[in-house]
Amino acid sequence: MQQITLDSQRSLLRFLTCGSVDDGKSTLIGRLLYDAQLIFEDQLRGIHIESQRKLGDVDALDLSLLVDGLQAEREQGITIDVAYRFFSTAKRRFIVADTPGHEQYTRNMATGASSADVAVLLVDARKGLLVQTHRHSCIASLLGIRHVVLAINKMDLMEYNEDVFRSIEKQYREFAKQLNFTSITAIPMSALLGDNVFKHSTNMPWYQGSTFMAFLEEVDADAIHENEPFRMPVQWVNRPHQDFRGFSGTIASGSVKVGDNITILPVGTPAVVQRIVQYQTEREIAERGEAITIVLDREVDVSRGNVLSSVQNPASTSERVEAHVMWMHETPVQAGKQMLCKLGTALVPAVITKISGKIDVNSMEKLPADILTMNEIGICVVQFESKIGHDTYLENRDMGGFIFIDRLSNETIAAGMIIRDASTTQNITWHKMDVDTNARATTKGQKPCVLWLTGLSGSGKSTIANLVERALWAEGKHTYILDGDNVRHGLSSDLGFKAEDRIENIRRVAEVSRLMTDAGLIIIVSLISPFQSERDRARRTIKQGEFIEVFIDTPLEECERRDPKGLYKRARAGEIKGMTGLDAPYEAPENPELHVSTMAQSPEDSALHIVSWLRTKGFLHA
Amino acid sequence: MDHLSNLEAESIHIFREVAATFERPVMMYSVGKDSSVLLHLALKAFYPSLPPFPILHVDTSWKFREMIAFRNQRMAEVGVKHLVHRNEEAIANGISVFTHGSGVHTDELKTVALRQALDKHKFDCAIGGARRDEERSRAKERIMSFRNQHHRWDPKRQRPELWHLYNTRIAPGESVRAFPISNWTELDIWQYIKRENIPVVPLYFAKERPTVIREGQIFMLDDDRMPLLPGEKPEMRMIRFRTLGCYPLTAAVESTAATIEEVVQETLSARTSERAGRMIDHDKPGSMEQKKIEGYF
Repeated sequence: MQQITLDSQRSLLRFLTCGSVDDGKSTLIGRLLYDAQLIFEDQLRGIHIESQRKLGDVDALDLSLLVDGLQAEREQGITIDVAYRFFSTAKRRFIVADTPGHEQYTRNMATGASSADVAVLLVDARKGLLVQTHRHSCIASLLGIRHVVLAINKMDLMEYNEDVFRSIEKQYREFAKQLNFTSITAIPMSALLGDNVFKHSTNMPWYQGSTFMAFLEEVDADAIHENEPFRMPVQWVNRPHQDFRGFSGTIASGSVKVGDNITILPVGTPAVVQRIVQYQTEREIAERGEAITIVLDREVDVSRGNVLSSVQNPASTSERVEAHVMWMHETPVQAGKQMLCKLGTALVPAVITKISGKIDVNSMEKLPADILTMNEIGICVVQFESKIGHDTYLENRDMGGFIFIDRLSNETIAAGMIIRDASTTQNITWHKMDVDTNARATTKGQKPCVLWLTGLSGSGKSTIANLVERALWAEGKHTYILDGDNVRHGLSSDLGFKAEDRIENIRRVAEVSRLMTDAGLIIIVSLISPFQSERDRARRTIKQGEFIEVFIDTPLEECERRDPKGLYKRARAGEIKGMTGLDAPYEAPENPELHVSTMAQSPEDSALHIVSWLRTKGFLHA
Repeated sequence: MDHLSNLEAESIHIFREVAATFERPVMMYSVGKDSSVLLHLALKAFYPSLPPFPILHVDTSWKFREMIAFRNQRMAEVGVKHLVHRNEEAIANGISVFTHGSGVHTDELKTVALRQALDKHKFDCAIGGARRDEERSRAKERIMSFRNQHHRWDPKRQRPELWHLYNTRIAPGESVRAFPISNWTELDIWQYIKRENIPVVPLYFAKERPTVIREGQIFMLDDDRMPLLPGEKPEMRMIRFRTLGCYPLTAAVESTAATIEEVVQETLSARTSERAGRMIDHDKPGSMEQKKIEGYF
């Protein structure tokens, strides 16, 4: 082992190795540690024995075995998951994430890249740039890595030819113009034989640049964090006894001083920092990256997931953002999928309401797409169920990066990076009406509400909606029907039947319903609306207590037997794709206000049932 | 922030995530230097509260006597609720390294004992002091490492873990092993112990101790349960330990490093890894991974 000095001030560099399979990533790290004499003797003995067993040669030394720590990896000779190695030289401390090259394990590469400052991208000189080279570059760039080492490896197999090196370098620089890298350093090497890894290669006198190790020791990859606004997501409420209530968290950006005015997001409650507490000490000021506990000057409602934020420059709290989403699960995703989103310390239900395209990793162009398969990167509109504090990913990784978690399996199924706030209502102030909803409804002798009839095509929604309206009309009530088929002719005539169009259609119907309830009407919506998440969103659009979810429950076989519009027949014949109940899912309401089973009663009885429910709940009186 | 402060902040963040998101977390405490650091970080993370979870020591009954004395003293000092669990059935059956070999010993007294304790108390998250620089398969493990209902680790299907966003969601019966000091090295541990003045078991410091040499490794005779082989005679040697486990499975190193400064200096110039002294890692290639799959820490 090399003797190193005891100096805790040495800077830390985190880098990852990436690139296509078999480009020699693990071998490069093994070689670097070996040549720099950073491998313990017992570990070296261990891999000597394994190398001999594997290769049947007494002198063999397979350096990749130093990092490929899983049995399956050593058996197959590939890297499956990211391995972290730690080493120090006289100049620096390093944490290296050695990541897998197989496309199948791209999510593990992203895991390693999310915390790295520098990406070392390996290229096999014989093969040149591959799809994985492009994909990994694209991911590294999106994740905010600004410095790349283009390690053009296996030069020994190309007779150390300069032209080969120059041509690959040129191609890569051309490709990388579309990426956000600030520096690209190309180094010709042989990881297997050690050329230009730790020592300058005598085989490539035409290369005058840094060796790999010299580059790592010298690269300045520190991001600048001056004048950033204060952000601290609250992790844990610290309450040892009645007289102490503090909010523990790690400062995600900026700094905080005792006496600072802050705002508590998403609500925007103001407060003043009274104490900054750390173990057995009080601080006057604390900075980015520090784990602290803040005591405020007043009793306010603060819980995990809230963000303590600068007043002058608060984080955004919009419910709608545009984001890059890297899909990581085997099952593809379409707009409408309901998931959990973890951002900072907040965990909220969220839905992708629109996939507006995906990135072609070879050209960095945006391609049209309405579905994302595993390892694809989409540009999506994400709707959070409630407001949470956030920034863009470019401004702050910890406030703009998020993960999606599957609600059933709890797996991490995607990673996202916020591009911008996408709330359409930004900067629009609400025009306050003088004649209010109550006044309008009172004159009509009723309370406004939305009866939201959901069910399969052919379940009887429209029939029941008409009967309900006639019954209410007979009592002198003011009503209006919004029918799924009818709105398609006007309000939503520009929309098709793709998932995102259906979501938009439902959104429009919900918004129109809300306007009509403001006008004091009783609205009867008749819409398949197959997803719970969309119905829940409609519910949130409508004033609380005025949304009445009515499940028109008719078994699929009965709907198909009735088939009033002949749609099932056409779908069975393959003329219609995405027919709800056949090749597209229908999620039955989880907790509807009303459950109407059409098999048990006639449509007339069903309508009466709904009207009498409205009466008992007081909707039919002013 | 300097390097150690960075590591400390990351670890505290992980501790708080565990406390805030799990119903019944527990912190594993094995009395060694890493556990000493872990305990110190837990005290820091929740101050002025005490750590909001109990501390569990899985006692194989083969720990050095000085470790047990140190444990009892530390637990009394910090005042956190603590539990000790042993696989009493295996102990009653006389399972030991000497009679059953290191494989059965570790399996019954550590892995099975740990599973028993987790099941008995229905803990849904066990915080441990493993570090990625210790061993190859540990270098592959996530900070929040998912376990199925049978406490098994599936190294091929680990959850992606980006930024500082830890997915702590689990179904009933499943659990997570959380590793707050994943990114620390042996040297970081010693430098931090020095900086923070953290108490550790005296066995880490060199002293004359009764020893025998077996298969080229130095073993300390901690009590009379270790049978001497024919021809073996205890000899006093100046030794210390880089890592502490069951005494018949933990080899010492010859050293004169008797103070924390000397230990840090020795760690800086070490030529072998600390786990070279741990017999159970070397049973066969990949043996640590196999133990981990089965539920070992």
